[in-house]
Amino acid sequence: MTTTRTPASAAGRYVDARLGVARLAKVALRKVFPDHWSFMLGEIALYSFVVLLITGTFLTFFFNPSMTEVVYNGSYVPLKGIPMSEAMNSTMNISFDVRGGLLMRQIHHWAALMFLAAIAVHMMRVFFTGAFRKPREFNWIIGVNLFILGILEGFAGYSLPDDLLSGNGLRIAEGITRSIPVIGSYASFLLFGGEFPGSDFIPRLYIVHVLLIPGVILALITAHLIMVVFHKHTQYPGPGRTNSNVVGYPLMPVYLAKAGGFFFLVFGVLALLGAFVSINPIWNYGPYHPSPVSAGSQPDWYMAFLDGALRLMPGWETHLFGWTISWNVFVPAAVFPGILFTALMFYPFIEAWISGDRREHHLADRPRNQPTRTGLGVAGITLYALLMIAGGNDVLATLFHLSINAMTQTLRVLVFVVPVFAFWLTRRLCLGLQRRDRETVLRGSESGTIIQTPSGEFVEIHTPTTPQRAFALASHDSPAPLELPAAQDPRGVRRPGSRALARLRARLSHFYFADALTPATPAEVAAVVHHHDEPTPLPVGDNPQPSTKA
Amino acid sequence: MATPPPPTQPEADAALASTTGPGSDSQLVPAVPARFEDPGLPEHRLRRTDTDPRAAKRAERTVSLLFGLAMLAGVGFVVAYFAIRITDPTSAIRSTQFTGLALAVMLLCIGFGAVHWAKQLMPDHEQIEQRHRVASTPLEQQQAGQILSQGAVEVGLPRRKLLWGSLVGALATLPVVGAVPLWGLKTHNRNQTPAQALSHTVWRSGMRLLKEADKTPIKPSDLSLHEVVHVIPQVTTAQGHLRPDVDANAVNSHHELTLNELAKAVVLLMRIPPGDLKEPAERKNWSVEGIVAYSKICTHVGCPIALYEKTTSHLLCPCHQSTFDAADQCKVVFGPANRPLPQLPITVDAQGYLIAQSDFTEPVGPSFPERG
Repeated sequence: MTTTRTPASAAGRYVDARLGVARLAKVALRKVFPDHWSFMLGEIALYSFVVLLITGTFLTFFFNPSMTEVVYNGSYVPLKGIPMSEAMNSTMNISFDVRGGLLMRQIHHWAALMFLAAIAVHMMRVFFTGAFRKPREFNWIIGVNLFILGILEGFAGYSLPDDLLSGNGLRIAEGITRSIPVIGSYASFLLFGGEFPGSDFIPRLYIVHVLLIPGVILALITAHLIMVVFHKHTQYPGPGRTNSNVVGYPLMPVYLAKAGGFFFLVFGVLALLGAFVSINPIWNYGPYHPSPVSAGSQPDWYMAFLDGALRLMPGWETHLFGWTISWNVFVPAAVFPGILFTALMFYPFIEAWISGDRREHHLADRPRNQPTRTGLGVAGITLYALLMIAGGNDVLATLFHLSINAMTQTLRVLVFVVPVFAFWLTRRLCLGLQRRDRETVLRGSESGTIIQTPSGEFVEIHTPTTPQRAFALASHDSPAPLELPAAQDPRGVRRPGSRALARLRARLSHFYFADALTPATPAEVAAVVHHHDEPTPLPVGDNPQPSTKA
Repeated sequence: MATPPPPTQPEADAALASTTGPGSDSQLVPAVPARFEDPGLPEHRLRRTDTDPRAAKRAERTVSLLFGLAMLAGVGFVVAYFAIRITDPTSAIRSTQFTGLALAVMLLCIGFGAVHWAKQLMPDHEQIEQRHRVASTPLEQQQAGQILSQGAVEVGLPRRKLLWGSLVGALATLPVVGAVPLWGLKTHNRNQTPAQALSHTVWRSGMRLLKEADKTPIKPSDLSLHEVVHVIPQVTTAQGHLRPDVDANAVNSHHELTLNELAKAVVLLMRIPPGDLKEPAERKNWSVEGIVAYSKICTHVGCPIALYEKTTSHLLCPCHQSTFDAADQCKVVFGPANRPLPQLPITVDAQGYLIAQSDFTEPVGPSFPERG
């Protein structure tokens, strides 16, 4: 080993002597990450969070989370002399009297929207490629919780300025809290310190927004990233990319430069949005007051699905023995998101139980190769989108001159029907794409060149599929549905466990995997070649035979 | 890390799902494997910058130019920050746009520069790293298990049941102690249960209805057909003193209603065509000449109801579109609300102004469990 004595190496040795970091750096800096655009979605979320921390810290220097009433005397003339809370007053001052304040506020709000949007799209990527499978189930759960915390954090954040829009949002939150069976009124009084709006809530929300939730988010992000490093990233299948390796570029220097550069790009786009696209102009809404409300007001996008659910739910309440259960509020605002997020969290375990697959998976699925999972995912997205539409039903009704009642009633039906249709359609499309993949492997792809044989027959020349492409298209495995095991083992002893559960599992497994196609095999390719008795190119005969079903 | 797993752990490979089949059919048809064989990584393709030194030089210049621009934009940011004085909202927005643009240019130049550098000039040979088995080896699992079970024996886990039972009990009490002080979060309405507090508003018998806009009392003749007035209670006397029948805690030092009181007390007043108004016998005297007063707070989740449709006499909540029929006791005709809007019984005083006969006879706003 050569002993170079540069200042950098001396500094390195100094730190290593105290922390032993060389051992770690040796491994970590050459760590390989696979390259794909869809792997950047989670990065966008991470960098948006960093931007949120930076801009949020700046905002805390000027924001005063107090509900004490003051009279506005800042430079925005239309609100001069109007009483408002200190929270609203300081937000007005940040916007119009602190240099860089409005920029920071708008970047902060845009970054929050970006954070949640990136998490949502990242989650879709992980879901559709099956990257949540063993050994990454725990990381999936962390991810779902980050999404939930992000929604709460965003809601807390845009409620802090105590303007008319957010104040009415808080009043809705108070109404929802009251709907909790048995303890609703007490829960509301504990949250708000008494009756709404009181004078306690904004200060409480502030500490939740700047310390409690960001602290938990930061801890969960750390765990999330440690697990990504420990498990190594998934990769898409392809030549040379197997379940037991990672192919890509090392952290030092390529990913350091790419990921580091990408942080600046994300921040740069957010800065552009913050500079030029107005967001949450509280001066247009005015301070909170219990009497006025602005028509057509909309929450931030990530709350819209809950707002939509609240709008669609029929007005059902039970009044029994002097007690009220507000199904009309509690079901859409608490039960529904509770079920939705719980199902999302447990999906990896449910699918593993149904497939009986206990292997480790490090290769991303192509969504078409998992038609049922992909169908379920699209059904979920469809439901979410319909509820978002319902959340803006008044705006849409005005825009398209529709009856709001007809629109609401239609949506009440559509939220049940369309996801089922979307599931069915997606599954069909996936199976169709699988068939095309098989055809491509078996017969090559259409070249567009048509030749006439000496016998007068017209055939299209097919470009044969390269071994690389054939491997990429046909190397996945197609799980067979689990069969219902016999009630007794071969020695006549009754198998342990619930019979009904085993039956349910077999049926679900059948539902999931019965239609799946097996990928083309070299033997099938050979058979096709043999059948046509021509080597290459592979022409398609005048009656193309359907590919064999699994 | 680019070394294959040690051959002493064959199970490590077996645990990873193999995508290429074992080729069990190979005895039957020796030439055709069961699955497509991995052709291996495609051949590495050199970039222009790898083969042409001038292209590399050009890329270097581009990256340096971007970093230089970032520096300039940084200077621009400082200039914009100090040069644009904030005196009014227009200048504040101009400052936002110029500083924001400079910041964005700076960040984007650094970002594009770094990514361009990585893509054009840094080595782009793909590297292969072997995965290791996530689980520990069976030996390690066994050793860890032994340590745990030995530890359990050392602390007497299976035997000393009383000891462990009491510890679990003590620790289980801890969350209770942690949670109980949260009761103190209810800092107001201390001498009332929530249900009591929610069941009353500041409205009292004889209290005048004031127009919210200009705080003036209202005579029935002020209201034309289908006119809607936003109303608050008058809690002061004509001389501006607090009325003796008003709870002094409910209003602020300026003898105005607090937000808390307003949040329950706001009322909508409207004149319904006499033929349309449906009133049950017990509410016959709650209205004055077809003028009815209803709580403005939606019984769904508490938004203020703002929209009145003249042709149908319907009130619409803009938040979730609950619709109430003002001509028929504000019953719900559409939307997610369940209960009608509570009605405020009104009459006229000696001077002919509209006054309340009493408080609301039921809680206003969203339902709560004790609401009944």
